[in-house]
Amino acid sequence: MKSVLLRLFPHLIGLLPLALLSSDALGNRLTVNPIQYLTQRTGWFALALLLATLACTPLNRWFGWKQVIRWRRPLGLYSFGYACLHLGMFAGLDYGLDLSLIAQEVVEKRYIIAGFGAFLILFPLAFTSTTGWQRRLKHWWKRLHRLVYLAAFLAVVHYLWLSKDPRPALIAGSVLVVLLLARRMPARRRVQPSLRHPDMTTTQAGQSRHDT
Amino acid sequence: MYRDPTIRSSDITPESVYINRRAFLRGLGGVGAGLLLGACGVSQSSTELTPSSPTGNVNLRDELGDPVNTFEQITTYNNFYEFTTSKEDVARRAAGFVTRPWTVEVTGMVRQPRLFAIEDLLTMFDQEERIYRLRCVEGWSMVIPWQGFPLRKLLDLVEPTAQAQYVRFETLYDPDQMPGQRDRYFPWPYVEGLRIDEAMHDLTILSTGLYGRTLLPQNGAPLRLVVPWKYGFKSIKSIVKIELTDTMPVSLWMAVAPREYGFYANVNPEVPHPRWSQATERRIGELGRRKTLLFNGYAEQVAALYAGMDLRKHY
Repeated sequence: MKSVLLRLFPHLIGLLPLALLSSDALGNRLTVNPIQYLTQRTGWFALALLLATLACTPLNRWFGWKQVIRWRRPLGLYSFGYACLHLGMFAGLDYGLDLSLIAQEVVEKRYIIAGFGAFLILFPLAFTSTTGWQRRLKHWWKRLHRLVYLAAFLAVVHYLWLSKDPRPALIAGSVLVVLLLARRMPARRRVQPSLRHPDMTTTQAGQSRHDT
Repeated sequence: MYRDPTIRSSDITPESVYINRRAFLRGLGGVGAGLLLGACGVSQSSTELTPSSPTGNVNLRDELGDPVNTFEQITTYNNFYEFTTSKEDVARRAAGFVTRPWTVEVTGMVRQPRLFAIEDLLTMFDQEERIYRLRCVEGWSMVIPWQGFPLRKLLDLVEPTAQAQYVRFETLYDPDQMPGQRDRYFPWPYVEGLRIDEAMHDLTILSTGLYGRTLLPQNGAPLRLVVPWKYGFKSIKSIVKIELTDTMPVSLWMAVAPREYGFYANVNPEVPHPRWSQATERRIGELGRRKTLLFNGYAEQVAALYAGMDLRKHY
């Protein structure tokens, strides 16, 4: 039972924004400017889920929660899903797929370049997120998927550049910095007392440093 | 203050507008429609109009033929950072805002400085209905049936001196009522300014109501400025002080982000903003985007104010 809940957890988190948006729609809370509201909300959810995805590895390293490692893929894919909705609303609903208008915005607005850059990175990551691609790409897979940090950075910059009040974006940026630093910090390993050996931790730490 | 359009269009139309012919022609079409409707001045006294009701009288239209937005749209989607930065929450947060008693100090370079009670302003001046487009810098717009009176009438009463070149406006500072003012990121109180010829222009009004009703707190009760050819943030709300001065006032947004917000803030599709589209806008209630008109469609009336000025430099 517990394991089922743990498996479902990332899906609950990933579908929660959709439930919130649906309840907003049914409750007539999309404001009188629904396109802007939906675009902003889906963008926000995409970033929040991306940061949640990046929190999995540190949670595993710090607290030894093994199950969170398996949450990375679904959370990352949900994040990409909301990013797709976000971009779709901007280009389709807001600009009616008017390519000349969109092109003008892309040239004029640096925040759009940053946001689109984040999307262009997330796209191949989502595409290659399957176990089959993981096997096919071998060690390249890990290198490729480390680009998720660049995507998150670009998403934060996108948020910062489009906000009248920079503070929420700066908070998101601080979270990202903390998560990045957490990767660098030495891992707390849960080692069986019988296996404890003075050299073990240093060797592993050395290996993982070499790895990154 | 009707000006015969003897100025040649080449005097007032920036080159960039010539190049963007589609937007320019649309603007011209709008002006033509306005002339056909016989509404050279957008001002019409309320007696000439169908009485408007808060339930949403869609028969009311601006001089370009577009219907007014509903009372609900106008009163539930507001930028008023003194209450909250969330546009849809302003109405709720501002609900208990106390607007009586209320005084407006008119001071500075005037011969007759005076403290007006809001009741005086409501009785001293005829309250006219003006249907204006409001274009927010964030890329959305509404058409609003305001009531109010030309700012010029108030300024004439206090007699500005010859030195007065600018008008500086100030919003109430009361963090107990306006919790957003506790946010030290912004240099409260809200300040805005106009050049004196802009302030004296017939389109510039002080509004006391909309849709035939007294102004609600979220719309800037009890007294706000409305300058329809400038971005919405110029139209300062809940005014307590009007000062005539010889120095260009620094508005709150100029102080916060000088590269993004200039003193003039005239609606101009040719002057881009780093965040929002100024070439197009969404009329609240519509799905698609519209081309934004130079001076928000009031070029015929106001372009002469900026003759010879580089509007890209003086944004």
